[in-house]
Amino acid sequence: MSSYMPYMLCFVLFCIGIFAVFSKKSLIKIIVGLAISEYAANLFLILVGYKMGGRAPIFSPTETISPDLMVDPLPQALVLTSIVIGLAITAFLVAIAMRLYEKYGTFDVTKIRELRG
Amino acid sequence: MIGPNTLPLFVAIPLAGAFICPLLGKRVKSAVDAVGIMAVLGVFALSIFAVITLEGRDYSPISVTAGGWPAPYGIQMVLDGLTAFMLVTVNFVALLVAIYSLSYMDRYTSRWKYFTLFLLMLAGMNGVLITGDIFNLFVFLEIASIASYALVAFGTEKHELEAAFRYAVMGSIGSLLILMGITLIYSRASTLNMAHIAQRLQVFGMGRTGLAALVLFVAGFGLKSALVPFHAWLPDAHPSAPAPISAMLSGVLIKSLGVYALARLVFNVLGITPHISSALMALGALSMVVGAILAMNQWDLKRLLAYSSISQIGYIVLGLGVGTPLGILGGLFHLFNHSVFKSLLFLDSGSIEYSVGSRDLREMGGLGKRMRVTSWTTLSASMSISGVPPFAGFWSKLLIIMACIQEKQWVYAIVAVAISIVTLAYFLKVTRFAFLGTVRDTLRGVIEVPAFMRIAMVGLAMVCILGGLLLIPGIREAFLGGAANALSAGVIIPGEMGR
Amino acid sequence: MSGNTGTQGMSLIVKTVTRLTVGLVFLYGVFIVLNGHLSPGGGFSGGVIIGLAFVNLVLAYGRDTASKIATAAGASMIESLGAVMFISIALLGLQWGGFLQNFLPHGTPFHLVSAGTLPLLNIAICLKVGAGMFSIFLALIVLLKFESEVKR
Repeated sequence: MSSYMPYMLCFVLFCIGIFAVFSKKSLIKIIVGLAISEYAANLFLILVGYKMGGRAPIFSPTETISPDLMVDPLPQALVLTSIVIGLAITAFLVAIAMRLYEKYGTFDVTKIRELRG
Repeated sequence: MIGPNTLPLFVAIPLAGAFICPLLGKRVKSAVDAVGIMAVLGVFALSIFAVITLEGRDYSPISVTAGGWPAPYGIQMVLDGLTAFMLVTVNFVALLVAIYSLSYMDRYTSRWKYFTLFLLMLAGMNGVLITGDIFNLFVFLEIASIASYALVAFGTEKHELEAAFRYAVMGSIGSLLILMGITLIYSRASTLNMAHIAQRLQVFGMGRTGLAALVLFVAGFGLKSALVPFHAWLPDAHPSAPAPISAMLSGVLIKSLGVYALARLVFNVLGITPHISSALMALGALSMVVGAILAMNQWDLKRLLAYSSISQIGYIVLGLGVGTPLGILGGLFHLFNHSVFKSLLFLDSGSIEYSVGSRDLREMGGLGKRMRVTSWTTLSASMSISGVPPFAGFWSKLLIIMACIQEKQWVYAIVAVAISIVTLAYFLKVTRFAFLGTVRDTLRGVIEVPAFMRIAMVGLAMVCILGGLLLIPGIREAFLGGAANALSAGVIIPGEMGR
Repeated sequence: MSGNTGTQGMSLIVKTVTRLTVGLVFLYGVFIVLNGHLSPGGGFSGGVIIGLAFVNLVLAYGRDTASKIATAAGASMIESLGAVMFISIALLGLQWGGFLQNFLPHGTPFHLVSAGTLPLLNIAICLKVGAGMFSIFLALIVLLKFESEVKR
């Protein structure tokens, strides 16, 4: 059971982020909640590639380390891509939030409710 | 024909076009239109070649690896029957929408930004369709999604920004669920190539990890394809976009990113079981009912069409969920039909908005005499979506209902027939309020829309009317048959991947 | 930042230190990009550092002075050039065997000039990401100040 703790905590972090998205009233807090969920998903992806006592997966000309002792490098490449995707989404949402502030004068989600039905 | 050197062009041509547009757009204004139309025309021609090539090879899949690295080290791109079918659908609709937007986007500024985002979205959708690697699917899905968030906010009015914000937040949550599903699958199978994942899951079994990943995929891709209960973003996002973008979003984006990816993963990678089948059928039926009932109350034309999209996606998922070859054939045929007639309906609503200036049905009336092309094309699309013979929609709904009856799912068949009648009802409401009746005084000066818009609408309407011909036995094998066989073949095995 | 610092920049201490260090930050970014195939880093990380070097310049000197060196139009052009360079290298590979094929000579491992097209792809990504970061900064911070001065 205790070997699953990091994964459980990742899941808890993800749920905290989703809770912030659904229950907070300020646009900025919604964006922060979404960012927390993204970090949780990235953390989960790196943790899947971890190996007990593994070293960094970098070859070097001076030492020879067997690849069996290295942690899995593939999730690290995937996380790099995922972080950049998260950056693009955050930048987009912040730009939209700023334009919404100009039009409505507030960040409050309950007042930005022109669409109905 | 299509081979190892030309399959990546489906992604490379729109991507190159998307990045040439900012370079040219600020200097030569009309070059952007030319680049956009040529790029979309190029990929549409390539997709037709893809279908012809596959027919010549008797539907064995073609696969190409990027960079020459053999699978599973490299990313593999696969062209099989289902991919070719979806490519033709997506690129055909994209071509006609691009022609339409040549005239429609005169009302907006920054045309080079529009075409850049449009080509990026098309590159993302094509990438989702041809990839054989599960993380590559995620990356292209994100490219297409982010481009679509920006396109929904294109006019930067109040309601467009609000709709884009909500759409972006919910779409990101869906993408995160998909990413976590991919992580679980990777931890089970230690590879990202779809064929190898399928093989290893057959050997090791799905286990609880695989089952959790399946649930996350249904949630994530269900959110992308607006299945109930994940549908809340669609009625806000699709009406607020400019009309050609609404046509692309409702017509092809939710199908390429949502339904296709879900079908590919459930049928070919994870393997379909009776539990998943009944879950998909239940979600499909729920979407049908909720979408149709909420569409009845709408007075905003585009919002009504958005709810109708939710309802028709329910039909597609019901057909796919039945799992028999007849059901899959019906589901895929309905997917093609819905792409054609829903984009036509959104383009029609765009023409009405262009000429009249409003989307509210209560402010229209008697447009049938003034806008002949728009009214006839809307009529043919409405007849097709309601399932009136001999239009194309009738045949696809008939196949789905027959598949349900064959599997003795009487409740689902009755629900499908009932919702078809409700669909007819609300489209008759649209026709009556928008086109019949007497012309109001405020609308006396209304004329038909410019030539490009008319060409696009007529093109789509022809396919609506003639779509039933796709079921003639000779043509059916070529186009729909290859796609349905690719899905019903079940879990793929690497030896058969055509390398 | 109060009303005037958007146009005139920060204090003299900040300007002097920036003038001394921004070149080093830029050089560090270039080092990370060029050694992308040998050590951790590569296009994304190096591009972000180079983009931030330009952001540093704009923050310290203010929009008016820094716009002689770092403009929004220039960033947009470099961004598109980076992407077009990446796609051209990928399509050129079609000549020699496959999409994204590594067609330049591979060289010996652990040397700076080795691994074929990888350093070129890293440079293309660095251009795109750096110019993109700078454009995002300009769009969100600098241009907003201008818009908020216009009354609704």
